[in-house]
Amino acid sequence: MLEALIVMLVKIVVVFTALLLTVAYMTWIERKLIADFQVRLGPTRVGPYGLLQPIADGLKLMFKEDLIPSQVDRAIFLLAPSLSIIPAFIAFAVIPFGDTTTLFGLLSKPVPLHITDIDVGLLFVFGVASLGVYGIVLAGWSSNNKYSLLGGLRSSAQLISYELSMGLSVVGVLLLASSLSLVEIVRAQAGLSWWFGILPVPNWFVFSQPLGFCIYFCCALAETNRAPFDLPEAETELVAGFHTEYSSMKFAMFFMAEYANMITVAALATTMFLGGWLGPIAPSPVWFVGKVFLMLFLFIWIRSTLPRFRYDQLMSFGWKRLLPLALLNTVITAVVAARG
Amino acid sequence: MELVLFAGLAVVAGVAALLVVVQRHAVYSALFLIITMGALAGIYILLEAHFVWVIQVIVYAGAIMVLFLFVIMLLDIRREPNPWAPPDRARILVAVVLSLVLLVELGMAVGQRLMLSPAGGPDVAGGFGTTQTVGRLLFTDFLFPFEITSIILLVAMVGAMVLAKKHQ
Amino acid sequence: MRVPLEAYLFLSAFLFAVGVIGVATRRNALIIFMSIELMLNAVNLTFLAFARFLHSMDGQIFVFFVMVVAAAEVVVGLAIIIAIYRNRETVDVAELNLLKW
Repeated sequence: MLEALIVMLVKIVVVFTALLLTVAYMTWIERKLIADFQVRLGPTRVGPYGLLQPIADGLKLMFKEDLIPSQVDRAIFLLAPSLSIIPAFIAFAVIPFGDTTTLFGLLSKPVPLHITDIDVGLLFVFGVASLGVYGIVLAGWSSNNKYSLLGGLRSSAQLISYELSMGLSVVGVLLLASSLSLVEIVRAQAGLSWWFGILPVPNWFVFSQPLGFCIYFCCALAETNRAPFDLPEAETELVAGFHTEYSSMKFAMFFMAEYANMITVAALATTMFLGGWLGPIAPSPVWFVGKVFLMLFLFIWIRSTLPRFRYDQLMSFGWKRLLPLALLNTVITAVVAARG
Repeated sequence: MELVLFAGLAVVAGVAALLVVVQRHAVYSALFLIITMGALAGIYILLEAHFVWVIQVIVYAGAIMVLFLFVIMLLDIRREPNPWAPPDRARILVAVVLSLVLLVELGMAVGQRLMLSPAGGPDVAGGFGTTQTVGRLLFTDFLFPFEITSIILLVAMVGAMVLAKKHQ
Repeated sequence: MRVPLEAYLFLSAFLFAVGVIGVATRRNALIIFMSIELMLNAVNLTFLAFARFLHSMDGQIFVFFVMVVAAAEVVVGLAIIIAIYRNRETVDVAELNLLKW
């Protein structure tokens, strides 16, 4: 009992630290990659290849003056950034990042590389994602500022609209894996199949659910307020949306929440469509991290390439195109799964 | 262990519920109601309701309360003026007294079993409350109500859109 | 030491009574609505407690339906409140007295 508790605490600490470090260095990766896409250099001065840039940014944000306007609703103003960042981290409690391991023989019995495995893991992740809306709505409202309120309401309306299509796009995966548990979903993608008799293709759901993957990817972009769906927080719109009145650490928390959300949806896409930690030869956490970074690279690539949607185009896309497509995907998958 | 968890969650749920009805500002009431629903979701886990608790989080705490917050913010509800002013005070006192009578009655009705039931009861069968069981029941024994609920949701959506539309 | 059935039922009765206090006491239509939701949650807890202790899945299925109906009711109710606000500029139920003699 005590050993299990200690193992779980160690796993929590490792995942939390890894997440925080990844969030910090995502800023660096993003700036370097976008610089590459735009044929320039990006951060180079602070440390070798600009690697200490996130630390410099963090220090700067910490030392900035923490302004709290006088007419804001103080309790909720201070609560909103935490409400934004907590769901992003909690979702990682059920994501499996590796197979069972004995840490090269150090442990007496094999330990599964996920913090916990509940039998409704997929629904848990969606429940936590729907709680992430509160941070934005309350931040926009408590700022006592009409631009913040409108930005917050727009952003949360976008989030709840795309939550629907995201949930539906994953039903195909659910039908094929016959389980809501994320570990079972990864295990259902094991093995190879041979296309046209000669081409070895892993049984990942991205190959059997291409439409589902595309819909999930678009919804993931919208859920994390990433370009091209980042109108509610673009600097040229609505003064800066819901985080206009925030400064210093609270603003940093919103920033971290956005990147943490990005990592969460990338990890979920990896788990559900790209086969999680499955892969030959290399140890399973390496495969998981590699696939997550592939998804993050796709996110950054799309950000630097596509122009922004207008708000009505964004909502129309979510309701009138993605939702019917997701329903179509569900119907087709259900028919095929029932027949074979 | 289960007793400790239940005691903690029950205290959180009870206190948050009391705070819901005494706040002067509607947004604080909504936030405390979210806390109550979260605590109740925790209690549902203790009751082997493996599907219902996550549905509680997604539907109640994640969708219905967001809708409440949207309406409160869009209608710009301000702090309520003093609710203890004389015309209301008598009404409030009568309401509280009658509610306490209701609580005592319910307590008596529940407490009657106190001497009869063993604590906890026997363990439930495996698969009780899982998604598979709920799904199987919804599509076999309870198929008709399930289809009716889909029509209820459709009616609610259409009705809400018609009611809340701005008429030119 | 397991939790007895009566504990769940006491909590549910308490939440229900608090909901009744909210409905009978407050004047803001939205808070009355929230108290109704609190009562529905209390009833859900009762159903689940009995489902667990009587080993019957019917309780959980019924809770599922209660949640669906509560969602539909909240949607329509809030739409009505929005329509009333557009007309009368208030959500105070004491001011909604057009049908009074």
